[in-house]
Amino acid sequence: MNYFTLDGLEVPFEEGDTLMSAARREGHYVPHLCWHPRLGQSGACRVCTVKVNGRLAAACTTRASADQMVENRTTELDAKRRLLLQMLFVEGNHFCPGCEKSGDCLLQATAYEMGMTGPRFEEFYPDRPLDASHPDTWIDFDRCILCKLCVRASTEIDHKNVFAIGGHGIDTHLVVDSPSGKLVDSRFSADDFAAGVCPVGAILPKRRGFVIPIHERRFDRAPVAEESWLENDASTRESTDDTGGHDEGA
Amino acid sequence: METAANPNGLRRVAIDPVSRVEGHGKVTLLLDEHNRVQQARLHIVEFRGFEAFIIGRPYWEIPVMVQRLCGICPVSHHLAASKAIDIALGIDQVPRTAELMRRLMHYGQIMQSHALHFFHLCSPDLLFGFDSEVARRNIMGVAQAYPDIARQGVLLRKFGQEVIRLTAGKRIHGTGSIPGGMNRHLTPAERDELATQVPQMLDWCSAAVELVASLEAQNKSLYENFGRLNTSWMSIVGTDGAMELYDGVLRARTAEGETLLDGADAQDYHDLIEERTQSWTYLKFPYLRSLGPEAGSYRVGPLARVQNCDVIPSQRAELERQRFLAHGPVHATLSYHRARMIEMLHAMEVIGELLGDDALIGGELTAPIPGPGSPDRPARRRGVGIIEAPRGTLIHDYAIDDDDLISECNLIVSTTHNNQAMNDSVRAVARDAFDGREVSEGLLNQIEVAIRAYDPCLSCATHALGSMPMEVNLVDAGGVLQDSVVRHGDGSFERMPSANPVGVAERVNP
Repeated sequence: MNYFTLDGLEVPFEEGDTLMSAARREGHYVPHLCWHPRLGQSGACRVCTVKVNGRLAAACTTRASADQMVENRTTELDAKRRLLLQMLFVEGNHFCPGCEKSGDCLLQATAYEMGMTGPRFEEFYPDRPLDASHPDTWIDFDRCILCKLCVRASTEIDHKNVFAIGGHGIDTHLVVDSPSGKLVDSRFSADDFAAGVCPVGAILPKRRGFVIPIHERRFDRAPVAEESWLENDASTRESTDDTGGHDEGA
Repeated sequence: METAANPNGLRRVAIDPVSRVEGHGKVTLLLDEHNRVQQARLHIVEFRGFEAFIIGRPYWEIPVMVQRLCGICPVSHHLAASKAIDIALGIDQVPRTAELMRRLMHYGQIMQSHALHFFHLCSPDLLFGFDSEVARRNIMGVAQAYPDIARQGVLLRKFGQEVIRLTAGKRIHGTGSIPGGMNRHLTPAERDELATQVPQMLDWCSAAVELVASLEAQNKSLYENFGRLNTSWMSIVGTDGAMELYDGVLRARTAEGETLLDGADAQDYHDLIEERTQSWTYLKFPYLRSLGPEAGSYRVGPLARVQNCDVIPSQRAELERQRFLAHGPVHATLSYHRARMIEMLHAMEVIGELLGDDALIGGELTAPIPGPGSPDRPARRRGVGIIEAPRGTLIHDYAIDDDDLISECNLIVSTTHNNQAMNDSVRAVARDAFDGREVSEGLLNQIEVAIRAYDPCLSCATHALGSMPMEVNLVDAGGVLQDSVVRHGDGSFERMPSANPVGVAERVNP
C-alpha cells in the first residue's frame, strides 16, 4: 500500500485517487465546497487548497502519490480559505437568518469551521433573479456560489445537461438550458440527482421550507469537520432524510 | 397641539431618543417664552422595508423572515404570518397538536414580553417616581432597592423565553411554526420541566398584579389622570366574547362601551380600518373607516383587551379583571400597566393548562399543503392572519402568485394602532405637567412615562416602505433660521418661507 502524509498522519491511497478522495475515505476532513464523491473533478472553489511538498494545490484535482507531504489544517491555509469564503459571501446575497438552508448549508458550516466571524469585504448586493417557474423546485440565484455541482450532476448522472455556467469574470452565472431560460421549460425533474446536490440554498424543493427543527439540522448534529464520511456519502447511503436524499458527501 | 399656530420664535426641546422602549423614536416640543407647550409630536425615526422586500420571496420563507421585524415579539409576527399563509393556501385547520404548540408559543411570548416591559422598563418609574434620581431609575436600581421584585421579573421573563425556546427552537427568531403546522413536539422531559415551574410562576404573576394595584391605590389621582384619554378600543375576542389572544374575531367599542363592531372577520379588516400618514413620522395613523380620520382613532393592547372581552377564561385573571373594572370603564393611560399584569397572569394560567395536554408530545404536526392541480387549492391565494401580540392587534395580509411567491403584503402592527393615542397622551402630559414650569429632566421623563405605558415597539411599527419627508434648516451663528428646504413624501422639494421652518404636509392614503 502506498501512503502520503496529511498533517503528519499517513494516508493510504489507491491508484487513481486524488488527495481528497483518499483523505475522505480515511475520515480526514479537507475543507471543500465543489467536490462530491459521485461527481468528476472540478477545482472550482479552491477551498480545498493544501500545500503539497510546500506548493499550493487543490486537493480535489491533485493525484495522490507516495512521498507527498501534504499540509491541510494549518493556520496559514485556513486563513486563505477564510478569505475565499468571505469573497463568496459578499459576491452573492447570503442572508442566513432568512434562509431555509441555514444549519444544513455547506458554505455556512465551512465558514464556521474556518473561523469566519464577519464579511470583511463590502457586500456587492448583486441584483439577481429568482426562478420559481418549476412546480416542484426553485432556484435562488442570490445564493449560487458557482460550484458547478448541479452542472456536473445533470451532465454526468442525469444525462440531461440542464445547467451550465455562462458569462465571464464578475458576470459569471448559472444558466438553465431551455428556450425561455426558465427551469419549467427545461428537461429538469425534481427526481434528478441535480435537484438535491446544491451545497447552499440555491436549488431547493418547493413548499417545504424549515421543516427540520433547529438542533436537528445536518450541521447541528456535528460540525462539518467531524461528520462521519460514510454516513454522508450519497453513493453508499440509503436516502433516509426528507430533503430529497441527495446530500453532498462532506 | 399637533402643529403650532405660529412656530416662529418658539424654543425647541427634543427627547432623543425616547428611552426604555423598544426601537427608536423622539419627541419634539415647541415652547413659548412662558414655557407653555405649543406643539408636541412623537416622531418614529426608524426606517424598515419589510412590506417591499418580501415581495417575490417564496411563501414558506415568510414566517421566518418577517419575524426579524422585532427582537422582542418575533413570535407574534412568526405566528400571524403562519396563520395568514395557511389561509392563503386553503388550509382551514392545522392539526390539533400544531395548534396547541403554536398557542403555547404565543402565550409564552405574551408572558415574557409583559414581564420585560413591566419589570425592566417601567417599574423604575412606578417604584421610584417619575422625577426621581435619574441614575437610579433603571432595572439595576430596582434590583438594589427591591431585589425580590427584580428577581421575580427576571425569572418570569426567563420562563416565558424557555416556553418559546422549546416550541420555536430558539428564544429569539426560531423556526417552529411552518405553513400548515409546526415542525416539532415537546419531549415529555421538556413538558415536565416547564410544568414543575407553573405554580411558582402563577404566584409571582399574581404578586405583580397586586403590586400595580397597590401602587395605584397609593396615588389614585396620578394614576387616574396622568395622560388620560377617552378613546375607542379595539381587539380580537373569542367567538364567545371571551378574551382570546391567538385567534378570534374583531370587536371595537366606544369609550362609553357602545359596540362599534363585533364578530368581524379578520379577512375583512380592509373594510374596517384605514391608515393615513403624516409627513413628520414614519408611523402611519390607522382609524376606523366608519368614524373617519378625525374621530376614528382607537387604542389597542392590554387595556383594550381586558375591557373589550366579556370574561377572561381563566380563574385568577378573571377575578382580577372584575376587581379592576369594579367602578366602570377605565381610560387612564397608566392603567395599561395593571391590565398588562392581569394578562400576564392569564397567559401563565393558559400555559399551565396547555402543558397538561398530551397532544403536545405526540400527534400529527402538519396539514397537507394543496399543490398545483389540487382541487383544494384556492383560485386566489390571499390570507389575513390576525393575532393579539403583547402590544395589541397585529394584522398580516399576503397574496401568493402561481409560482408560490408573495405578490402582495400589508402589515398593520400593534404599535401603529396606538400612534394617535400615544401622540395625544404626550400632548395631554405636555399640557398638564409643563404648563409654564422650567423644563427639567424629570419633567421630560413624564412625557416618556406616557409613551412607555403603551409599551410601543417602534421598530416593528415602521415596517412600511415609503419616502420619508426630510427637512433641512440653515441656521446662522446667531441661531436665526436663514433657509429651509423640505422634501415631501412624494419626493418633491419645496423651499419653505424662513418664518415657518416646520413644513407640514398631510395626505390621506388612497
